[in-house]
Amino acid sequence: MKYTAVYVLWLLVLFLVPLSIVVLFSFLEPRVHGGVLWSFSLRSYSYLPQYLRLIWRSVWIAGVSTILTLVLALPVAFYISKSRHKNFLLLLVVVPFWTNSLIRIYAWRVILGNNGVINQFLNRFGLEPVQFLYNPFAVILVIVYTYLPFAILPLFSSMEKVDESILEAALDLGANKREVFVKVLLPNVKAGLLSAFVFVFIPALGSYAIPDLVGGLNSKMIGNEIARQLLIVKNWPVASAMSNLLIVVSLVGILLIMRREKMK
Amino acid sequence: MVGGEISILNVNKFFGDFQVLKNVSLEIRKGEFFSILGPSGCGKTTLLRVIAGFEDVQEGDVLLDGESILHLPANKRPVNIIFQSYALFPHLTVFENIAFPLRLKKFTEGEIKERVGNLLNLIRMEEHAFKYPSQLSGGQKQRVAIARALANEPRVLLLDEPLSALDAKLRQELLIELDNLHDKVGITFVYVTHDQTEAISVSDRVALMNDGKIIQIGTPYEIYESPVNVFAATFIGETNLMKVDVLEVEEEYYVVEAPGVGVFRCYKDKEAKAGDRLILTLRPEKIRISKQKPVIFENVFHGIIEEEIYMGYQTKYFVRLDEGYIMKVYKQHVRYLLDEPILHWKDEVYVSWDPNDSFIVEVLTS
Repeated sequence: MKYTAVYVLWLLVLFLVPLSIVVLFSFLEPRVHGGVLWSFSLRSYSYLPQYLRLIWRSVWIAGVSTILTLVLALPVAFYISKSRHKNFLLLLVVVPFWTNSLIRIYAWRVILGNNGVINQFLNRFGLEPVQFLYNPFAVILVIVYTYLPFAILPLFSSMEKVDESILEAALDLGANKREVFVKVLLPNVKAGLLSAFVFVFIPALGSYAIPDLVGGLNSKMIGNEIARQLLIVKNWPVASAMSNLLIVVSLVGILLIMRREKMK
Repeated sequence: MVGGEISILNVNKFFGDFQVLKNVSLEIRKGEFFSILGPSGCGKTTLLRVIAGFEDVQEGDVLLDGESILHLPANKRPVNIIFQSYALFPHLTVFENIAFPLRLKKFTEGEIKERVGNLLNLIRMEEHAFKYPSQLSGGQKQRVAIARALANEPRVLLLDEPLSALDAKLRQELLIELDNLHDKVGITFVYVTHDQTEAISVSDRVALMNDGKIIQIGTPYEIYESPVNVFAATFIGETNLMKVDVLEVEEEYYVVEAPGVGVFRCYKDKEAKAGDRLILTLRPEKIRISKQKPVIFENVFHGIIEEEIYMGYQTKYFVRLDEGYIMKVYKQHVRYLLDEPILHWKDEVYVSWDPNDSFIVEVLTS
């Protein structure tokens, strides 16, 4: 372990120190125009129960988005893993990252907006415009779109490792295509599914720009409230306490999934 | 279980422009242990995959007990395959691997227990029932793969080089086990291999393949002793191949002359006339080698031992004859110390063989 020191330093500077600051701030008093007063207080945490509904909404939006993302990513990852043009297809998967994510979210506004591409198209056939934006549906759609590559990549890499002959063996033993997929392929890409889940669920839970830009009042997520506390209310300790809560919620979600996997 | 009968009729298959199977026709009999033998890339595995249902064909038909199975997908064919890699499901125990096809067919828990139990008993793996494939040795994996393939009670078991991943000793053991298993279950085995020893040691019949074509079909004895062409003669076992000219035609023999060897007699396996050229195969183990000139044999030639390879049970000699031909001679060691004085490198020796022991592979008429 020649580079242990480097790893430790890296973790310390980029991970532990910032996290400690957030944890520390959550136990302090707010200053009126931002910043903290150096006196210990649990007040920030006492605000949290009033955000239960918001937390619940964040969890279900992130949860539904994650499930949809995995469902879409599975066949794509499978197709790529069996393709002769793997590298090219993988390139296509990551091409969206070349564009700034904010611009891609704005693009969805252009597509879904009241005067957007779809509504103009509907208008041409004399149909009433549909309100696509500013609801949980739009948020879920854009989250799925944004995080799909994060699910495809780990699934692809675990599917690539699956021995083709076990799929053929299952077929040979009488399984139909669906049974091959469910009973043989899925159990053998568990690790990929787990990382895909983590890669999608955690950032989805902390989404901020997406609900801000395509969501309405009924689809604000916890990330929006953290930003509001930090930038508008300028209550840093409350923003920190909510961030910590977010971390705890994600951790609990992941631990639950991992335990379920272990029990099987 | 009942064995099925397979007929492969004029099958042609292409991968793009490349023809992998060239007008292949085969009859595999009920309950037979049938081997398809050939070098890698000859199309033997493709042929097996055609029977299993993993490859389609452009022309021809495949019948199982008289009915075409080409339209059936792999999961509907009453044949099962054992893959080279065994293809055990890594996430399932030995028991569940074998139970997999039974669960698909919605057998009751009791039936599954009974049938898997019987199969575990058949492969002597009862005590390993709840291990995962990663905890098994190569030989054990192989047995589980067989049990799993038999769980469906197929009419034909297809085996795709099932022993090639194992070491030589284990291979021999499992081959005998496979042969015993075949006797026990009574279904048809189609065994694909590139290993001629495997093929000829356990099969009832062997089909020799090369370059997408069937070269020869016959019992192991026929394949070894009466090869139909140069490829068959050289692919199976080792041999001395000679191009000889017919000098004289006698009642039972030809008097022939081989460049580098000299004039000798060979049995008239095929019709030829004086002046024709023959290709002759002479197996090294059929040649005698001695320091004294033998008196009772004809076809005696003098030479020098150029190379000596001691194998324990036999010694391989490469003898340079006076005329220049290098002849392979294998001498079996049957007696300890009492064998005639051991021959060594650079010794002058006589080689000889019975005219009945060579075989005419091809006649090239002039």
